[in-house]
Amino acid sequence: MKPSLCLSLACLIAVATNGCQPDSGNIGVSGLVYCVEGSPESFNPQLVTSGTTIDAISQHLYDRLLDIDAQSGEFIPALAKSWQVSPDGLSYRFILRDNVAFHHTAYFQPSRFLNAEDVVFTFNRVLLPQHPFHQTATEYPYFDSMEWRQLVAEIKAIGPMEVEFRLNKPDSSFLSTLATDFSAVLSAEYGARLLARNALMELDQLPVGTGPFLFRQYQKDVLIRYYRHQQHWRQGSNLEQLVIDIVPDSTKRIAKLLTHECDVAPIPRLAELQLLSQRKDFVVDVQTSMNVGYWAFNTQKPPLNNVKVRQALALAINKQNILQAVYFGQAEQADSLLPPTSWAYQKPAVADPYDPVRARTLLAEAGFAKGFSLDIWAMPVQRLYNPNALKMAELIQADLALIGVKAHIVSYEWNTFRRKLTLAEHDSVLIGWSADNADPDNFLRPLLSCASAVSGSNRANWCDEHFDNLLQQAVNTADLNERRAFYLQAQQYQAEQMPLVPIAHSKRFQVRSSNITGVQINPYGGINFAMAGKH
Amino acid sequence: MILHYLFRRLFLLAFVFIALTVFAFSLGYLFPGDVLGNFTGLRNISPANEMILTKQLGLEQDYLQQYLLFLQRLLHGQWALSFSSQQNVLTEMLLVMPATLELAGYALFLSLLIGIPLGIVAAVRKDKWLDKLISTLALVGFSMPIFWWALLLIMVFSLSLGWLPTSGRLGVLYEISPNTGFMLLDILLSDVSYRQQALFDAIRHMLLPAVVLATYPTTVMIRFTRDSMLDVLDQNYIKTARAKGLTRLQVLYTHGLRNALLPVTRQVGLQFSTLITLAMITEVIFSWPGIGRWLIDSIYQRNFPAIQGGVLLVSSLVILVNMLTEIMHTLFNPLARKF
Repeated sequence: MKPSLCLSLACLIAVATNGCQPDSGNIGVSGLVYCVEGSPESFNPQLVTSGTTIDAISQHLYDRLLDIDAQSGEFIPALAKSWQVSPDGLSYRFILRDNVAFHHTAYFQPSRFLNAEDVVFTFNRVLLPQHPFHQTATEYPYFDSMEWRQLVAEIKAIGPMEVEFRLNKPDSSFLSTLATDFSAVLSAEYGARLLARNALMELDQLPVGTGPFLFRQYQKDVLIRYYRHQQHWRQGSNLEQLVIDIVPDSTKRIAKLLTHECDVAPIPRLAELQLLSQRKDFVVDVQTSMNVGYWAFNTQKPPLNNVKVRQALALAINKQNILQAVYFGQAEQADSLLPPTSWAYQKPAVADPYDPVRARTLLAEAGFAKGFSLDIWAMPVQRLYNPNALKMAELIQADLALIGVKAHIVSYEWNTFRRKLTLAEHDSVLIGWSADNADPDNFLRPLLSCASAVSGSNRANWCDEHFDNLLQQAVNTADLNERRAFYLQAQQYQAEQMPLVPIAHSKRFQVRSSNITGVQINPYGGINFAMAGKH
Repeated sequence: MILHYLFRRLFLLAFVFIALTVFAFSLGYLFPGDVLGNFTGLRNISPANEMILTKQLGLEQDYLQQYLLFLQRLLHGQWALSFSSQQNVLTEMLLVMPATLELAGYALFLSLLIGIPLGIVAAVRKDKWLDKLISTLALVGFSMPIFWWALLLIMVFSLSLGWLPTSGRLGVLYEISPNTGFMLLDILLSDVSYRQQALFDAIRHMLLPAVVLATYPTTVMIRFTRDSMLDVLDQNYIKTARAKGLTRLQVLYTHGLRNALLPVTRQVGLQFSTLITLAMITEVIFSWPGIGRWLIDSIYQRNFPAIQGGVLLVSSLVILVNMLTEIMHTLFNPLARKF
């Protein structure tokens, strides 16, 4: 104890002499602190779907073949400087960018630039069971939900800098898939090195990519430390460091923002927005986000297998009320699964109105004049698309009481909740979806197709042949107008059948200190600090 | 004679440790879940492994044999694995322990630095307004719930004034590799260009938690020093010294202090267990990555091997420190030596 006693004396003196100085800030280290709500599950975006992980890793460490322009929604070149789609829509060729350097880290020193081999290595890992790294992961959730293995026939290098993807059937959402945060490009050379050392698990734990920042340190539940990738092919960031500070408690996150220990943080609780928007040293960024909060009915269970009952329930809830009480007015009312910013959206002629009287009539027609009782499952966590599911459930409970339906609110711990949902034990559930890319297919297929009813993300357990056909026809054509027509039909059909009630499209909020510039929030998920600066 | 005394103390210590390990051992059976999992920390054990492990742990033998094997594993450092990280619980605890010791050390130091002089002043000025002020402050500090006090300080010094950070040990942008685990020492040993700023930043981070943690022991020190001082000042030899013409200060320094502080040194040891308990709360509030936060997280996660190991290590430490201060106290104080 003795040396530390002496030390503390020294400290006290230091404090006494320096004590009342104003905050000296972090002179000597330049960097940005981004505070997030949880630890990442992995450092490879291929293996995850959670937004927390994607925000913490993918845009910082990796690049994709192509990106989506946040403003126009168009594809822009990234690692591929150009691409070509064959007329039959079955072959996609990408010409890769020259002189793209991989990260130079303590655990891997690349000897060459990016080439076609890397792209083949990356995507074959998901596709081919005999790929040396395929078995190291139990699943590739995003690619599985896109039915990647049924879709892609072959991936091969045509030249040193040219790659071809051959598909089994045309799929007009294929480029969107390649532009998502999940389609990060890995290093084949690193893979070979790990294979030689028999350290396969390190591929997903000690990441090597081409992105604007390189991996330095990770302490579970504490922080992730990135340094700037000096040779990034895009004009890189001027930040020396990017630290992802893991602060699970949202009150603590706000406190850390106020003391400027965090430079940027997402805020899921809209109630705190007012407090922050009053202060001059913060900027609240509002970004429309591709998401939807909805109320799904388990269509396999009576009486919810009856269309009229579902329509009645949909008519009975007062969405305006929910928007005020749950979203504090910071969301748009949803009248389709697709948000209004999607190109396949069209405002319906009659937005389904709030009409309890008609709801009662419909119930009577369905033979439930006296009403019935129903469980509403409310998810226990806060998400952008539904910041307070319990409150929403209470409001719906009150609305349903007016038409004679007695609702019970049910909630479990989050992992249990999801497991029980997959087992379809629920009557109805309040949950939502955040899109991974701009394609309308990314809303409709994972939420309502027959395939997703099996894989589990279709919470309505709704499998309808006509609807599936419309989705299939839409991806089979490359013509945008034709596709839009199919999607409009699909949305209309969904509104009639009402397997779920879309409730709101929430905006996304990010708070940053006013001395931070150039932070880009992607409407389809991730956050990008490649252009960020601190002044 | 002294050897005999030490031997008796050590014997007692050994006995307490045996009781403690028996308790820790029985936790393996008392916790929910299967016994094998609780003792090894492994999850989803395959039937083949189950056979081998059962044999290794001696689970098919009687409790005494099992306990002896358990003790053997403890001594060899083969503690159970943590459910959440699948790492040896002992290794994990040794990583977080220095943070707690550092915090508790500074808090204890602060409480001595403030508590003892204030206690003396209060005793010397007995029943004057200064004594009343100090005693009132001590009572307030003694009765204040620590979590409320901590939040109050955060609100004033971090959120309103913006002077001090709210959590952690060091600004996250400073990269200091943990050599000893003691932050200030690590910074001094490190070879970075921003050493000075990092040191200053670490002190700023430490200030609030140390003050919060020091509050309770300080008030105890004040009250204890005051009472002990008053006792001493009442003694005949003090009156004699005064009668011989020594000044107040001389009497206080040469006759009063030495005698009054002896019981206080013992109190330091006794305060250690309170300090560790309070440190757990402080660590949770200030996100201080020490053993307290680690243990409380383990309880949330129902991480039984971690709870078992944590209880064992922390209580051993407390008992050890208590015993050591008692021995020191006896050696320094002739009156306490009842050999």
